[in-house]
Amino acid sequence: MKPAPFAYHVPNTIDEALAILGNDPDGSRLLAGGQSLVPMLNLRLANFDNLIDINHISGLDHIRIESDSLVIGALTRQYDVAHNDDVRNRLPVLSNALAHIAHTAISNRGTIVGSLCHADPAAELPAVLTAVGGELVVQSAAGTRTIRANDFFNSSFTTAINPNEVATEVRFDLAGGTSGWSFEEVARRHGDFALVGVVIQMTLEKNAISDVRIVVFGVAATPQRITDAEKRLIGQTLNDATLDQAVADVAAALSPPDDIHATAQYRRHVAGVLVRRGLLRALEDANSSA
Amino acid sequence: MINPLSLSVNGVPYTAAIEPHRTLLSVLREEFGITGPKEGCDDSECGACMVLIDGEPTNACCYLALQAEDREITTIEGISDSPVGSRIQARMLEDGGIQCGFCTPGIVVMATALLSSNPNPNEEEIRNALAGNLCRCTGYQKIVAAVSKAAGDLE
Repeated sequence: MKPAPFAYHVPNTIDEALAILGNDPDGSRLLAGGQSLVPMLNLRLANFDNLIDINHISGLDHIRIESDSLVIGALTRQYDVAHNDDVRNRLPVLSNALAHIAHTAISNRGTIVGSLCHADPAAELPAVLTAVGGELVVQSAAGTRTIRANDFFNSSFTTAINPNEVATEVRFDLAGGTSGWSFEEVARRHGDFALVGVVIQMTLEKNAISDVRIVVFGVAATPQRITDAEKRLIGQTLNDATLDQAVADVAAALSPPDDIHATAQYRRHVAGVLVRRGLLRALEDANSSA
Repeated sequence: MINPLSLSVNGVPYTAAIEPHRTLLSVLREEFGITGPKEGCDDSECGACMVLIDGEPTNACCYLALQAEDREITTIEGISDSPVGSRIQARMLEDGGIQCGFCTPGIVVMATALLSSNPNPNEEEIRNALAGNLCRCTGYQKIVAAVSKAAGDLE
């Protein structure tokens, strides 16, 4: 199949883009890297009247450390983020996750912000943002607002961005203190979407867990935090009993889909295995950072 | 709606008047008659349409032609003139990295980009680089070996 017709707009400034978007918010889509949007056009899964190509807008391609945040612009390509030293040093979970995403030809074009806004339930980046914490900066003709990670992903392919808004950057929180992370994923092939993946961010105080976020993806419409396990682990250390309890909490929290790639039972089992492994790796990482 | 497009393909300037929903792949093949890039899947799964856009490997099926305005596109037709590309082609033939040939243009484009940025890749780096190129005939053993030997030849 081939894409259905649409009009193509190439604004040079964010204000021009917002003006075009404002004329027909529900019938317009934004094009950044296009690595999800163009396949959806080819398959006629996406259909709209106006395509607004934001690639010619300056000031949207940056990677910056700002106090406690790593800031990435809407046009910054995944390949550039994956190979950036600041990202590797300050937010290694993101570099590591990017190594699991797509292939070179796709990451050369695809953007971080675009993947977050696309909100594929099996994608890695929404899970990383949910685990690390942070916010999207979005702009409309009325002004700029921020949306926290926990409020951003509404459902499959659906976010809290309004049709008249443009996401201009993402700000990932940078953890201080004695903190560690882990990223675990099971996929059919390197670069494929995950059957199940787990991202964990952990902070220690006096050798006990003072804060932990456990996020499982590929198992629900949005990245899923296992809040029961998170709460129970506060003040604890990892041992057979606390790990077994965390795995039980994961199994109780998930109702994964059955599909051609994996059964629900398999996904639930793998999620438990990955959470156990991920907790131990995050602990090890935190201890080595201390 | 028809939009004007001008770009360079393999060093030659081209212009066209096209509809915005045309992909770069369809314009290369159907408007310019440059048929090295193939349409396999049309959703970036297979890499048979791979071209270089300003030197970066990109799947032409998932890139709108109008995005290529003023850019330099290199297809397999342009790569076969380069020392790296022609050496990879020769090794693919000599080492049996080719059967039906449908995936070969994309693989040579990707391998050329790899060897241009990393002249001496190990097997894992070659396999990772080619992970976005599917071959349904030969398997990958001989393709990987051909790229590795081409790298050795070029040293």
